[in-house]
This record gives sequence, structure tokens and C-alpha cells, in this order.
Amino acid sequence: MSSDVRFTDFKSDKQPTWCPGCGDFGTMNGMMKALAETGNDPDNTFIVAGIGCSGKIGTYMRSYALHGVHGRALPVGTGVKLANPDLEVMVAGGDGDGYSIGAGHFVHAVRRNVDMTYVVMDNRIYGLTKGQASPTSRSDFETSTTPEGPQQPPVNPLALALASGATFIAQSFSTDAQRHAEIVQEAIEHDGFGFVNVFSPCVTFNDVDTYDYFRDNLVDVAEEGHDPTDYDAAKDKILDASKEYQGVIWQSEKSIPYGEKHGLDTNTSEIDDGAPEGAMDLVREFY
Amino acid sequence: MPADFNWAIGGEAGDGIDSTGKIFAQALSRAGRHVFTSKDFASRIRGGYTAYKVRTAVDPVQSVVDRLDVLIALTPRTIEENLDELHEGSVIIYDGERTTMENVEIPEGMIGLDVPLKRLAEEAGGAIMRNVVALGAACEVSDFPIENLDSALEKRFGSKGQSLVDNNKEAARAGRDYVAAEYDHEFEYELETTDADYVLLNGDEAIGMGAIAAGCKFYAGYPITPATDVMEYLTGRIERFGGHVVQAEDELSAINIALGAARAGARSMTATSGPGIDLMAETFGLVATSETPLVIVDVMRSGPSTGMPTKQEQGDLNMMLYGGHGEIPRFVLGPTTISECFWKTVEAFNLAEKYQTPVYIAADLAMAVTEQTFPPEAFDMDEVEIDRGKVVDEESIEEWQNEKGQFKPHALTEDGVSPRAFPGTDGGVHMSTGLEHDELGRRTEDTEMRVEQVDKRTRKVETAREEEDLSPREFGDEDSENLVISWGSNEGAMTEAIRFLEEEGIDVRFLSVPYLFPRPDLTEAVEAAENVVVVECNATGQFADVVEHDTLSRVDRVNKYDGVRFKADELAGEIKAALQEADQ
Ligand SMILES: Cc1ncc(C[n+]2csc(CCOP(=O)(O)OP(=O)(O)O)c2C)c(N)n1
Ligand code: SF4
Repeated sequence: MSSDVRFTDFKSDKQPTWCPGCGDFGTMNGMMKALAETGNDPDNTFIVAGIGCSGKIGTYMRSYALHGVHGRALPVGTGVKLANPDLEVMVAGGDGDGYSIGAGHFVHAVRRNVDMTYVVMDNRIYGLTKGQASPTSRSDFETSTTPEGPQQPPVNPLALALASGATFIAQSFSTDAQRHAEIVQEAIEHDGFGFVNVFSPCVTFNDVDTYDYFRDNLVDVAEEGHDPTDYDAAKDKILDASKEYQGVIWQSEKSIPYGEKHGLDTNTSEIDDGAPEGAMDLVREFY
Repeated sequence: MPADFNWAIGGEAGDGIDSTGKIFAQALSRAGRHVFTSKDFASRIRGGYTAYKVRTAVDPVQSVVDRLDVLIALTPRTIEENLDELHEGSVIIYDGERTTMENVEIPEGMIGLDVPLKRLAEEAGGAIMRNVVALGAACEVSDFPIENLDSALEKRFGSKGQSLVDNNKEAARAGRDYVAAEYDHEFEYELETTDADYVLLNGDEAIGMGAIAAGCKFYAGYPITPATDVMEYLTGRIERFGGHVVQAEDELSAINIALGAARAGARSMTATSGPGIDLMAETFGLVATSETPLVIVDVMRSGPSTGMPTKQEQGDLNMMLYGGHGEIPRFVLGPTTISECFWKTVEAFNLAEKYQTPVYIAADLAMAVTEQTFPPEAFDMDEVEIDRGKVVDEESIEEWQNEKGQFKPHALTEDGVSPRAFPGTDGGVHMSTGLEHDELGRRTEDTEMRVEQVDKRTRKVETAREEEDLSPREFGDEDSENLVISWGSNEGAMTEAIRFLEEEGIDVRFLSVPYLFPRPDLTEAVEAAENVVVVECNATGQFADVVEHDTLSRVDRVNKYDGVRFKADELAGEIKAALQEADQ
């Protein structure tokens, strides 16, 4: 790890094909800044991406990376981190990827509390498949597959995380560049699973959850003097549907990451040339 | 008496059938006898008929037969279920004081031993030991010195205190003494002991042990019969060798966690059965496209859907050969014996890393849950070789970078295999994706690159055909005009069936095929034979289809799909019939 890493070192030379104005640009820049700020470099960083416009992020960033299948990025990140704890692991994807097809994995990744960071680029729509309802779409939001709106309440990802035993829950807004980067940085620094839901507007298919909407409705919890280690206060904020919050909303002081609990502290990529020392004992157990 | 002795204990699930059977099997193995076990079990925890069968001989035994010499029947149904296999002179041990067993009628010609199992157990310290009393009775019947039971009892109960061990030893002796005192019958059985040193294990355990031997450091799985034993074996053991087991939330997660660990550079594995293989299919393609080495074990059971979860079948071959959308280079290894479960697992890791592909291990229930004895040398750890393939480090990385210093994880090479840089390697930064990609791993729809990458991945299979020894295992008379081909666990029954056939004057050449893809070319063998029979545990003859496809010849089929493995004598009969039909 070199100390003179700049955030642009995390940029690949591939030009993003996101629509001009897409929130994902800001989300990505903040992630790169946060990685550089926390002393990481591309050689020790592993980014796992889901599928969707958001999932393309792994292509535009420079690090070790895997762009996997729809909804399964969290398990991949889990395997990477547990097999090599020296790596900084960041998982990114969309709201459809994370809260619909991958919802089961989300709950269990939260419970497992592996020391990695999960950034969800929440545009409240399916972008890449051209504008169908996502789990965070409003119940009356008309889309090509829900002409009258989904008619179901949206998932509250923060509440889902809290109910699953999350140790770090934050929310940010991609255009509020400085704050967003700070919040992701805190998630990286958290010992355990750092979850950040990022409002990352889709300028092409979502004309409701727009930049203007978030700008008008966003409240920064830090400005309200919120104490993220106060569980009840965090719960109130998370369940308050009247506002959109930004900041670190919940952080447990008791978080023990999975790897630490299980004594996983070594890179397992190195193995012996033959069977490991003492392997014959395994045979004798069957005597 | 015949050279082999067949014994069983049967009752309701929850009666402790499994552990009692295992104790007896272990005692026999420790007494230097070969053992082969099989289990009949239903998919429920309490209630439902279940049995544990042991076949034993001084010479190796590799299958079950249609004969039962001694049966411990804890329920009347046990006798009914095994009626076909019992014969004149068979001994049935039962507890006539048990209400359900009061009116049991012992079939003509058989010997019923009414032993008050529960009462004797209570006298020895607890009713729970009644199965052990029965074991003692069985020792007397088979003239098997009861001391041999002691070490098996110690192994089973030692951790729970010496007094429990002693009580069990006493219970066993009570059973033996009761039979000796109450019945003056001379039984025809006599189980000789030898000084041979054997270990007793099942296929799932052999796979787990093979994984550790191969340096596997990571396992992620989701419980499913009959693959769970692999995970249970590894849990608590792999840690001693620096590894870790994760119980995932489902199979989709399991294979993705395993994939992540593999990408981080660890030797990594998952195991499941048919329904789980279905769920893993999407990621299977990702594993191949991202060129990640991964070992995936399919312990087949009866399908489709949830089918018969505790029953034997080899119905997933097509899924393993062709499953997944698009075209996916892969290996499918099919161990044919329990010891081969170990060696094929070791090989699977080498092939996975050497060729950077997913490798299926096609195991089946019959092999996975039953135990067999082997000399410990059958698992000689000094013989384990590790090949990690083209791993690059900081020094060698430049060779694989483009002019801009970017690493090429999917470099187009002659043998189809690209270099591999573990994350953390300076200068090796790269991404991989399930999308079609260029040499750098970046998405492309360029027609030329698409074709080049597909060809590159496919070339691995061609390279393997040239470099690896994919030969079948050969048995019987190599000049015979009758050729029998099988895969998976049928080898054991078939090698014994050869002897039954010989007795009837029928010679066969038998090829047991452990490489299902890529696989050996059987054309020459098929063309040299007059009659060809492919034996497998499925209804449609999935491997027979493959043989016909590969050799452009028609073959005969012996299929079994009732949920029960082939028995050696039964298989001999079916092959004889198939050959006779072919001759007509
Ligand atoms: C198994 C599977 N089902 C469906 C798809 C098609 N698909 C691709 S992206 C996507 C939705 C992505 O939505 P979201 O996660 O919200 O990301 P966004 O594009 O909005 O950033 C879907 C359904 C797929 N790739 N794989
Ligand atoms: S469709 Fe929406 S989410 Fe996708 S790139 Fe365009 S603006 Fe961004």
C-alpha cells in the first residue's frame, strides 16, 4: 500500500456509458475518494458489482474486481473477504439487485457482519432494463410494468437492515459529493458490515425521485445532532417516512466482524506443495 | 458358510439404527475384516422404516447382495421389508417382550431368537442400550469375539465417560450370554478376525478429506441430503488446516461465496445435490466465463424436483454435462469408488486451477452415504500432488501486461489457459465479468474478440484431452466380446457381478468411466465388442446416450431407477439377460 494514492488511481480508462447526468457518476466518485482517503490502493482493493446500470461501476473503477450475476454480489464479496482479510472489499449494486433478487442475501450478509462495505445505488427504478418498478419505487409510481403503480409499499432498506441486526447503517446523496464521500469513508472504517444506501437518481426513467426532490427533502442527521450509537433514535429516524435522511444513522459500538469472531486473519491463497502437514491423522480418525 | 456375511439392523427412524450399525461395522473393521455398508432410510427423522446393513468378508467387499444372514428386527416391519433377502437358516433377533413384537411369526426355516433386549439393557444400566444388547447377541450368533466390540464402543461413547462405556460393554455381554444360555443351537456362522488394519469411511467423508488434502481452504454450502455429510465432515476439521466453512443462506449464495473465495486465491469448494445444482446453474456460467477455478460436488439423489431425497439415482448427468445457458467448458469427474472420491477430489482442485474452470464431481447417494473399509495406504497423503497452474507473481507479471502496463487475465493463449494473478499482487489489477470480455476482462461485443474468447475457453478442453490421462478403469476379461460400461458407484457391484457371471460361464470386459467430460474415447472398445451394455442408475440411459453419440454405435442398456443401488447378484442377472437378448 502506498501512501500517495490519489482517488483518480481508482479510475479505469474506460469511459462510463451512463446517461449524462446519472447519479451513479457522483456515487462512484465518492467511493473512489473514500477508498483513497482510507489509505487503500487498487492492488489491495476488491470491488464486487451486481447487475444493472449501477453494476457497471466495477468496469469504470480500477481495482481487482468481479462483475457477477444479478443479485449475488454480496455473497461474492463475503467469499473474497473471508478468504483474504488483507483485501479491502467493497460491494456495489442497485436497489433491484440488492433488495429484490438479492434481498435474501442482503438480510444474511447484514447478519453475518463481514467487514466490508456495501453501497447501494438507489434510483428507485430498474434502470438497465429500461424503467420497470423496483422494490423501492413508490406504490403509485407508474412504470411500463406497473401502469397504475406497484400498489405495494416500497421496501425500507434501512429498516430491513436494522431488523436483520445491522451494525452500520447510513444513507447519502450522490450529488452531495463531500458528504457522500465522508459517509462511505465511515462505512469503510467501520469494523463490520458497512451499509450505505445512496440516493443516486436516474435521470432517464425516474421523474419523481429526482435531484430536486432529494435536494428539497433531504435532512442531514448530523445537523440535527443525531447520535448514531443511540439505537432508539436511529430506529425513529429509520421508520420516519416523512423525510429523507442523510448521514450515519446507526452504528453499533459492539460490532465484532465475522472474521474476527472466527479467527480468520490470514490470506488463504498460499497452500502447501502437497497435502498439508498432519493430513494422515485425518485417515487415522476413521480407524 | 459363504465367504461373506450379511447383517442388518432395522426399525423405526429414531431407534438408533444408524449408530448401532456403525458400531458393528467399526468392530468388524477393527477386527481386520472388510466391510461394506448400506442404508435404507426414509426422508424423516422419527418414524418410518430404516435399516443399516453390513456385508463383511475377509476379502474386499464392494457391494451389497440379495442375502441377509442375521437380522436384528426392532419392529415387525423390519422382517417384512427384508423377507426377500432372508433365507433358510437366517437368524432373526427380536425382543418378544416388546408389545409390538409379541406376536411375531418367524418365517419357516429361519431361526428366531427372542432376546429380552430392553430388560437386559435396563439391568445393565438403561433401556437405551437395548441395541447394544442385540449387538452382543449377534456376536454370539456369528461367533465374533465380543472384545472386538469394545473398542468400537469406546470410540462411540468414550467422550461421555468411562462408566457409560463400561455399561455398554456389560450390555453387550448380557446379550451374548443370554443367547449362549438360552439357545443350544449351533449357528453356522463364524466371523474370522485378521491382523489387517483398515479404516472405514463413506464417500462424502472421502470427498471432504480429499478437499483438505488438496489444500482447500474454503467451503460454502447449504444443507441437503445426501451432500450434507461433506459439510459436516469439514466443519471442525478444515479449521485445523487453516480453512473455513460457511453455511450459506441458500445454494445461490453458497456457490457465489465459494466463487468469491476462489477469486481471492483460495482453493474453494461447494457441495450439493440436484435441486441445489439447479440453483447454482446461473453462477456456474459465471465461474466459467470469469475463468475461476471452483470445485462443485453433486451428490446425486432421486429426482426430478425433490424426488426421493434419500434414494439412489444417477439422474443429473445431463445437467452436469450440459446444464447452464450458453456453452460452458467444464470438467465432470465421476468417482467410481469411495477411495476414488478422495483422489478425484484432489484431482478436481488441480484441474480447476490448471484450467481455470468449474469442475463438477459427480458423486451419488449410494457411494456417498455408505461406508467401506480400506487399508489406510489407500489414502496415502504423500501421494497427493498439487498443481496450481499459471499463477503469476510480482516478478512474472510483466510478461502478461499490455503496453500500458495493464494485466491480461483473459490473455489469448495457445492452450486456452491465461495467467492468474491473486488479488494483492502488485501490477495484477484487473476485473473479471460474466459479460463477454476482452483480454483485459472488459466487456466487449466485438465480433472477433467474442469468437476468440469463446475459442480460447473451448481450447482448454482440447488441451486437457491431450494432457490428461482420461482412461477408464478396466476389469474382467479384456478379450471378451461382451463389453459392460458404467460410471459412478456401479463399479463395486459390477466388479462382483463379474464373478457371478464367470460362475455361469459368461465372460465380460468391464470399463468403469471416471471422466465424464472430457471423457475417454470408447470407440475402439465398443467396436471390438460384439455386445455392449451400459449400466446406470437412471431411467433413460443418459450415459448410454453419450456412448452412442461418441462411438456412433448402438448399445444395450441396463437401468435401475427404483431408488435402490444395484446389488451384485441382481446386476449379474440383468446383464446376463441383456446379453442373451442381444444374442437372439
Ligand atoms: C437472473 C436475471 N434476471 C434478470 C436480469 C435482467 N436485469 C438486468 S439489470 C436488472 C435490474 C437492475 O435494476 P437495479 O438493480 O435497480 O439497477 P439499476 O439499473 O437501476 O442501476 C434486471 C432485472 C438479469 N441480468 N439476470
Ligand atoms: S438509465 Fe438511469 S440509472 Fe441507468 S445510466 Fe441512465 S440515468 Fe443512470
